[in-house]
Amino acid sequence: MAPKLGLSPEQVARCRALARQVSDGVRRETERFTTVATERTVLRLLGVDGVDADEVPVPNRVVASLQAAGKLARGAAVWMGSALARGARGVGEAAGLLSDPSRAAALVEHPRWREAVTPLVETTLTRIRANRAERERRLAAHPPDPLPLLYAIVATGNIHEDVVQAEAAARAGAQCIAVIRSTAQSLLDHVPWGATTAGFGGTFATQENFRLMRASLDALEPQIGRYVRLVNYCSGLCMPEIAAMGALERLDMMLNDALYGIIFRDINPMRTLIDQNFSRRINAVAGVVINTGEDNYLTTADAVEQAPAVLASQFINERLARDAGLENWQIGLGHAFEIDPELEDGLLYEIAQAEAAREIFPDAPLKYMPPTKHMTGNVFRGYQQNALFVLTSVATGQSIHLLGMLTEALHTPFLHDRWLAITQADTIRRNARHLAEEIAFRPDGRIVRRAHEVLSGAEGILARVAEGGLFAALADGVFADTRRPRDRGRGFEGVVARDPDYANPFLEAWSAAPAGATA
Amino acid sequence: MSAARPVRPYGDKKGDGAVQVSFTLPVAKTAAATEAAKRFVAKMGLREPYVTLAEAIAPAFTYFVVYGRATHDVDLAGIVAEEAPAAALGREQIDAELAKRFGRRLVVLGCALESDAHTVGLDAIFNMKGFAGDYGLERYHALDARNLGAQVPVAEVVRLVREAKADAVLVSATVTQNEIHVRHLTDLVDMLEAEGLRDRVVLIAGGARVDHALAKELGYDAGFGPGTTASRVAGFLLEELTRRREAGQWRP
Repeated sequence: MAPKLGLSPEQVARCRALARQVSDGVRRETERFTTVATERTVLRLLGVDGVDADEVPVPNRVVASLQAAGKLARGAAVWMGSALARGARGVGEAAGLLSDPSRAAALVEHPRWREAVTPLVETTLTRIRANRAERERRLAAHPPDPLPLLYAIVATGNIHEDVVQAEAAARAGAQCIAVIRSTAQSLLDHVPWGATTAGFGGTFATQENFRLMRASLDALEPQIGRYVRLVNYCSGLCMPEIAAMGALERLDMMLNDALYGIIFRDINPMRTLIDQNFSRRINAVAGVVINTGEDNYLTTADAVEQAPAVLASQFINERLARDAGLENWQIGLGHAFEIDPELEDGLLYEIAQAEAAREIFPDAPLKYMPPTKHMTGNVFRGYQQNALFVLTSVATGQSIHLLGMLTEALHTPFLHDRWLAITQADTIRRNARHLAEEIAFRPDGRIVRRAHEVLSGAEGILARVAEGGLFAALADGVFADTRRPRDRGRGFEGVVARDPDYANPFLEAWSAAPAGATA
Repeated sequence: MSAARPVRPYGDKKGDGAVQVSFTLPVAKTAAATEAAKRFVAKMGLREPYVTLAEAIAPAFTYFVVYGRATHDVDLAGIVAEEAPAAALGREQIDAELAKRFGRRLVVLGCALESDAHTVGLDAIFNMKGFAGDYGLERYHALDARNLGAQVPVAEVVRLVREAKADAVLVSATVTQNEIHVRHLTDLVDMLEAEGLRDRVVLIAGGARVDHALAKELGYDAGFGPGTTASRVAGFLLEELTRRREAGQWRP
């Protein structure tokens, strides 16, 4: 689609250059560290799984024991390899040995540790490659999906009930199914294990739950003639572990945003930016589309005032994602339709912001979020707000459309709430199919002026962030008016300075590849 | 006893009892399913049930919209619905009165408890910017309004009440599943009581499914439902703290 807003390519380029300064700063400040979650992820990718008698995941046991022995700085893979090279029969036995603090402390590094883990690394890389190829094969077997992709959430707390709801939504027309996580999961410093049937406000992300939902959506594919994308959340304290689980079970999309965890969950900035980089490396090779969380700035503050901060954050998130090897088609930058419906010309501002995001990030699968803040319990008004949201989404060529529920703010969606949302979006998408191609904006009109104003505002914010660096900006409350110092927040104790000889065979394999190349 | 005031729903003429209901039955769409929907609505006490929509929304689920006519009344005269008292003043007047009557900034904490991650309602009451044209508590000079955000442990709230010598605590409770919000709300009351702090703070609950009666039942001083503005809450704080001060229960 040809640009319609007359935004200056030079100004956009200046914003990208500033974002690069920001991301370079982040890399300089984080590259000499690893985290407990990153090392647990390495163990999972090497095949460590399961929980012990106290329901503690084995990767947590091993990492805790290595950390207590002062050995984590070298990288968990070194010790797994050493345990194997010294005679442990298989990953399970090696993990058992490493879980014992005294035996872990006594373990001497084996000079050929790397040879011992290489076959395990290869097995995992092959599985992830195979999953990616399998997705591509399945998608290619059907006609292209109409855009925007309709994205529905299920959140019953019980994975078996989620399967029923997801199948109903997919049959009705949903193209992406997200299983929302239990509300406190982002703050857990471990990943629960096995199929789960009780959660609060959502269902725990576990590898078994991923597998169950994937199998159900795959079974549906021949019946409905479409591949249904499965979405989960790798954010919070276990960001890279969940990315790894998703790569192993062929999830297609992952919410993946450190800034969201920092600002809204008070997760330590260092911890989560380090974890984010590894999780995005995993998502990059797995062919996963990430979704970023800028929409959340708008639910807490004013959507008109915050638009420049959203755009600034999108530029930073784009650069951080590219640095982690993600290609543009994998970077689902987030934004939202959250302007007060009572505001005169509010719809024009929404169109301006959505069109600007489309033109500035032409190849990104933009993730557009529905109204939540101004949903009132008047379900009829809510349905009308959602109709304006869908129309804006279609008219500005958005890519991933999270369905708004008419009962937002009242209860977790009823089966028919979801159906009403899907049929509404499907009807408007069909009815306004080529609207975007027909629209031009007055060069001196309100929409064009607003888009220019937002871009200029974003450039100003980026200049400020680039000057002192992202950590200083977070401490100063530049985003969503929330101050987050770099040495405070949840999970800081899990940040570990790397040994000069730190090793992480997965990071090495993926960093060596040129950006975006399949590992 | 006052005179009876019977009332029933109004469609297009007085007394017609017109009601619209919508629901899903977990059965495939068949003629029998539609008849079942009709009978279900009849059992709700609605006459002449008229199914306007029967839609197969999934292989074993059918969504219905049904109209019917109620013949029963309720007596308005017999109803007492409690509402939290509030000063009928605007923000600036409330702010001025708070400053005048209490002589120091009143500490007001706001939070969502434990697993509750929702802050939209809380932010609407606290944020400077406010909601629906009504500025938030952070805008009040007489208040030291501290929005602690979501997922705050109950024990942490109690600790802050003690340390910050809080005058009031606002808890936002979003209904999710299993009535968990009720448990967290009562946990807070219990722990404040155990620590001897309950009488020192005005406790307010808010949320989409919270009302004044429920909040009182749970041991709170007031409850506010959806659409509540910050000045409504501030107006209640003014009334309640004034009452406490006059009763010698407020510590300067």
